[in-house]
Amino acid sequence: MMQSAADMPVWAAIAVAFFLLIGSGLALIGAIGFLRLPTFYERIHAPTLGTSWGIGGVMLASMIFFTVSSGRPVFHELLIGIFVTVTTPITFMLLARAALHRDRAEGNGNVPDKPNRSQPAGEDLGESDPRKG
Amino acid sequence: MLPYPLLTLLLILMWLLLNGFTRGHLVLGVLVAVFASWAMASLRPDKPRLVKWYLLPKLFGIVLYDIVKSNIAVARIILRSGRRSHNPGFLTVPLDIENHTAIAVLAVVLTSTPGSAWLEYDSNDRTVLLHVLDIDNEAEWRDTIKNRYEKLLMEIFA
Repeated sequence: MMQSAADMPVWAAIAVAFFLLIGSGLALIGAIGFLRLPTFYERIHAPTLGTSWGIGGVMLASMIFFTVSSGRPVFHELLIGIFVTVTTPITFMLLARAALHRDRAEGNGNVPDKPNRSQPAGEDLGESDPRKG
Repeated sequence: MLPYPLLTLLLILMWLLLNGFTRGHLVLGVLVAVFASWAMASLRPDKPRLVKWYLLPKLFGIVLYDIVKSNIAVARIILRSGRRSHNPGFLTVPLDIENHTAIAVLAVVLTSTPGSAWLEYDSNDRTVLLHVLDIDNEAEWRDTIKNRYEKLLMEIFA
């Protein structure tokens, strides 16, 4: 028994709209950051907004909407969240290590060497970085 | 018979979530899960031993809270977007955990927390290279990783 979206109770509509806006807003901010941040290693942080609470918000909204409108609990969105969370680190590490490898090979100077000595890599690295990528 | 009971259970659960609960799908899901866990066994991964599994919800809660917090922090950095408003940098952290599963969990946690990215783990001297978006309080980052996550993970995976 599927209701149309207009027949939803107000509390559910508010909750769905709230989580949808949070999720999509964070994904949008992530995309803006992806465009605007100056260096590769900074840009790698921006999409994590979309993969953490971006997906989380949309997931919650979808769960609430379909649970209320179809009158039975709908949980399978959780799987999307779990798989996105578990798989993003792999892509991220691949990209980041490719970038590290390139910067080390080209001697771009502002990346730490292969960690053989345990020196504290705390200096302002990546600050005066030319636009890359 | 069942080399990975938890994996089998989770696979059945996933099957039912995807297909909807009917008796037929329960049978099919159990079959798929059992065969999949046998396939997993023949890959012979090192078996993670969950010692204090009841600490997992605590870890989950902490991580969820930190993700919310750092989401706000990173969103603010991006929106302010004054070029000098933050101070990115690399960070090398020595780790004490050796369990592969625990390290994988730590990597997932740090990556899904916006503002910190796991770049590479060196198994020779057991350090991890991270990149953080705002390194202003470097000591606090180290403290968070060592005391907040690693200690808990060491208790969970002994």
